[in-house]
Amino acid sequence: MSPRRVVVVGYGMAGARLAELVRERDPRGELVELTVVGAESRPAYNRVLLPGVLDGTMTADGIALHGREWARDNRVRLLLGAVAVRLDRAARVVHLADGPPIGYDALVLATGSRPWLPPVGGLTGERGEPARGVATLRGLDDCARIAAVTGPGVPVAVLGGGVLGVETALALGRRGAGVTLIHPAPHLMERHLDPTAGMILARLCHTAGVRVVTGLTAVRHYPDEGVKLEDGAFVPAALTVVTTGVRPETDLAVAAGLGSAEGVPVDDRLRTADPYVHAVGDCARTGDAPSGLLRPAWDQAAVLADLLTGAGPTARYRASPPVTRLRAGDVDLTVFGASHLGLDSREAEVLGYADPARGTYAKLTLDGDRVTGAIVLGLPGVGATLTQLYDTGWPAPADRLALLLGRTPPPAVDDDPARLPGSTVICRCNSVTKDDLTRAARATGGGVTALVRATRASTGCGDCLPKVRRLADPHETTGTPT
Amino acid sequence: MSTSTGTHCPYCALQCGMTLTPLPPAGARVGPRDFPVNEGALCQKGWTAAALLDTPDRLTHPLVRRRRDEPLRPATWPEALDLIAGRLRELRERHGPDAVAVFGGGGLTNEKAYLLGKFARVALRTSQIDYNGRFCMSSAAAAGIRAFGLDRGLPFPVTDLREAETVMLVGANVAETMPPFVRHLRRARDHGGLVVVDPRRTATAELASLHLAPRPGTDLALALGMLHAAVAGGHLRHDYVGARTGGFAEAWRVAARWRPEEAERVTGVAGAGQRAAVELLAGARNAYVLTGRGTEQHSNGVDTVSGWINLALALGLPGRTGSGYGCLTGQGNGQGGREHGQKADQLPGYRRLDDEAARRHVASVWGVAPEELPGPGRSAYELLDALGTSTGPRALLLFGSNPVVSAPHAAHVTRRLAALDLLVVADVVPSETALLADVVLPVTQWAEEEGTMTNLEGRVLLRRRAVPPPEGVRGDLTVLRELAVRLGQPAERFPDDPEEVFAELALASRGGAADYSGLSHRRLRAGETPHWPCPEPGHPGTPRLFLDGFAHPDRRARFTPVEHRGPAESPDAVYPLVATTGRTLAHYQSGAQTRRVAELVRAAPAPYVEVHPDTARRAGLADGDLARVVSRRGAVEAEVRCAPGIRPDTVFVPFHFPGAGRANLISNPALDPVSGMPEFKACAVRLTPARESSAREIPAHEEGS
Repeated sequence: MSPRRVVVVGYGMAGARLAELVRERDPRGELVELTVVGAESRPAYNRVLLPGVLDGTMTADGIALHGREWARDNRVRLLLGAVAVRLDRAARVVHLADGPPIGYDALVLATGSRPWLPPVGGLTGERGEPARGVATLRGLDDCARIAAVTGPGVPVAVLGGGVLGVETALALGRRGAGVTLIHPAPHLMERHLDPTAGMILARLCHTAGVRVVTGLTAVRHYPDEGVKLEDGAFVPAALTVVTTGVRPETDLAVAAGLGSAEGVPVDDRLRTADPYVHAVGDCARTGDAPSGLLRPAWDQAAVLADLLTGAGPTARYRASPPVTRLRAGDVDLTVFGASHLGLDSREAEVLGYADPARGTYAKLTLDGDRVTGAIVLGLPGVGATLTQLYDTGWPAPADRLALLLGRTPPPAVDDDPARLPGSTVICRCNSVTKDDLTRAARATGGGVTALVRATRASTGCGDCLPKVRRLADPHETTGTPT
Repeated sequence: MSTSTGTHCPYCALQCGMTLTPLPPAGARVGPRDFPVNEGALCQKGWTAAALLDTPDRLTHPLVRRRRDEPLRPATWPEALDLIAGRLRELRERHGPDAVAVFGGGGLTNEKAYLLGKFARVALRTSQIDYNGRFCMSSAAAAGIRAFGLDRGLPFPVTDLREAETVMLVGANVAETMPPFVRHLRRARDHGGLVVVDPRRTATAELASLHLAPRPGTDLALALGMLHAAVAGGHLRHDYVGARTGGFAEAWRVAARWRPEEAERVTGVAGAGQRAAVELLAGARNAYVLTGRGTEQHSNGVDTVSGWINLALALGLPGRTGSGYGCLTGQGNGQGGREHGQKADQLPGYRRLDDEAARRHVASVWGVAPEELPGPGRSAYELLDALGTSTGPRALLLFGSNPVVSAPHAAHVTRRLAALDLLVVADVVPSETALLADVVLPVTQWAEEEGTMTNLEGRVLLRRRAVPPPEGVRGDLTVLRELAVRLGQPAERFPDDPEEVFAELALASRGGAADYSGLSHRRLRAGETPHWPCPEPGHPGTPRLFLDGFAHPDRRARFTPVEHRGPAESPDAVYPLVATTGRTLAHYQSGAQTRRVAELVRAAPAPYVEVHPDTARRAGLADGDLARVVSRRGAVEAEVRCAPGIRPDTVFVPFHFPGAGRANLISNPALDPVSGMPEFKACAVRLTPARESSAREIPAHEEGS
């Protein structure tokens, strides 16, 4: 049997992952003959790390997911700089802008998404492309363009205070640029955060040198000058970076009669209305799952790889609840689930802790013992624990305060041996209790050497020696204050 | 008056120095001895070790039975040996040489490990030999060889750790498993640089300034997140990576996907914690990454160790004085045990059995033709799993191991042992496995015999005879010789004098990775304790490996691209918890020795399950209750011990106890594809009260009162 011809259109994070997972299941290409069509001229890279490239902690090479030899080493026909322009579903052929058409037995749309530019005067050119002095942040080319302009002290405006906007503003701030983050909603990340958390996040941005303007819409962009706001104020900017969200890249699919501007609908096998065409990642629409997140894309790639290779014919995609993580410099934020409920909510048990001056905030929503939502800012260990409780459905610990603040249990042994009960093990290595030592102290008349000889306490790891010393003093052993 | 002998502890791989003074008529007294690894310190196991010498149920006669339903009865040595040899000949004639299998142990001396391998391949001509070290060391060994070209647990003296500002212990609870080792961590602790990775707040984690508690079975994701953090944080040692390693780009491409926040979601360890650990490692003048069984005993154990080695390499630690990666070997001779040819795929000198040059060399030392040597056989669990099946071995000779307690899926292994035509166990005491045998051979132990051990840092030690053995027991070497002769081998091919065997071992190891050819009992008797390799009689040994290059032909260490995959068994609605197994201070391995020492039994009398108080409460259990921990393979009964420091989704069961308290009744024999290591450290379980009937018992009791 000849291998099934699978063509993946798109070599972003979803397409690249799918190709890897297909080859993991079919290393020698006996089941699947794989072609990947990528519009960019470089191997796939980790888009999530672009803010890191922007602030200089990562390099373009450093975020590459594949080396130059990846395709050859993995029996993948990789076409770089190739643009798919038309899908002929009847003939099962995809046409490229350049080069011969490619026939397929299964086609996968992994075309991703593209930045959305809001209707602000002067922001776009005639064909909807970013105007001069305007940049989006979607690829490495964008990074290079932004980096070329934004040296220390250069004024930059960032439009859009969602996750990418905040990360980008903070990254540019770390480059030394004079950043203003403009967000039309009353507080940052309003889809995720309640007003208090949004306020604390804005304070953290200020501390990191980013000016935050909320509740005001940008009304016009002037190249080389900046952005005018609805109240007439002017934000000077040599460059305006637009981070107001993305839209699925569906032109190819729509022209072929599959999907709309909102995405390409797929079932739990990632199949479109055409059983020979699949879609994964940002361009796919599964139920009402939000797009633009990495984890669903990779989960979908794993399911589709199982199905395409036959390694897991019963694999089905089930959306896992999204968890939003923002981390930039010292800002560490975790948000998931029902994050908007207030402390006065009647729908759920809500616990909260806020310390705006120190930039910490924790809010936890519970249904019985089940964690249903949280916002955690500046308490990273808490965020990690809550996320696992949310993901696994594991009941929340009874000690809610410890959960909310991430306190670790106190050490097992008190430092002052005089205050300990007699049955406490002082020397773990030799199972010697305080009573054993007290008895030995009486029998030997005290003294560390005699006590150690009699009980072997402190002759293992040696950690308990200071305690043994104190207990060797008869005054200490009776617990009398000295 | 008796004189004392300087010797070493019978238990773990630290091999603490001690003195033994005989106390006639029987027994001895342990005393401290200054030795670099322990500086005179000992733990309770060491101090009480002499109790093993006069344990009341010490085996002193061979025991035999003709049928399994008969009791074992005392026999003479010739009767027992003739019986074994006769049955072995019969089985080999009828079913071929692979019908007889041999199982060794990581506690056997180098001489025994060597002669056992030779006996299997030359006298039995069987490929079916492996040992319990497969259950401890095989994952770290495979990853070490892959990265460095050579596996020596610690490629530096343990005392080098004293200078380290940061030490990261991954899945190693040294405060309980080798307490005197903790003395070497003082500087790191003073520096706030002791990092412990463990799902439990162990005694060791209590000492740490940073404790990362991943969900069991997710360590590789943690290692990948930390590698990512190292690179993203600007800590990659470009000069070192460029000059001394290969393969970084491929390894990094996997890690590039693992932002610490991604790893956080899988492991439960905060991205900030991962970065903090990396910064402690990267910012220290001297730093070490050390792994233990917690991270190694998984069905992805080799890749997980590679993940930690990749991190160490990215930070430029291995092969530099005062820094490095190491694995903390567990069993007393866990290091030597893996070098001398009792492993399914190995020949002496840490050579590969499928290497033609190695076969030629060893065959010439043994005086046989290379083609007579069998090929590689089954790995330990595969071997136990095949016993008594239509294609598996029908006889098993077992030395220095107690698989009824220590092997994964223990109930199944016990059934396989019962299906054998012949089970022979050589041991000191009637272990749980010996009690199932057709023939039990009483052998000498530890202080009653001479032999060498190689400790966790590759240091070769002479463990000297300090007391006479009880009448009626023989050394394992003598047993092998007697059996070999009965199977038609010339007696001179199987010497039973340890010194003579060592001389042959040294010759056989010449030119191999673990080269002992410059060593002799004479040198060791004179007080030397050199580290291998030691290729010449005048060679001082090699305390530090890799300083001027790694053991690959190009002298470079290798990054290995490794991807995380979870444990073979994930929690679900029926088995919602993860069970992990391990050791407790007072006991050693299957407990066959330590459960016979009164003081140790007092310190840790019974099996227990460590569980978070919330989890216990939800299961209807309180501290001290008897619980059942149930997996798909079986159930273990143990007393509940509530511990707020354990993850609520995890329970811990120590594996030292027999019968219904055997932790391995629940463990999962899913094997690592490279090393054959079973997944001891993560299986899905549920927790219930042990006796659902207790509710009925209470009214009955009330009626009576």
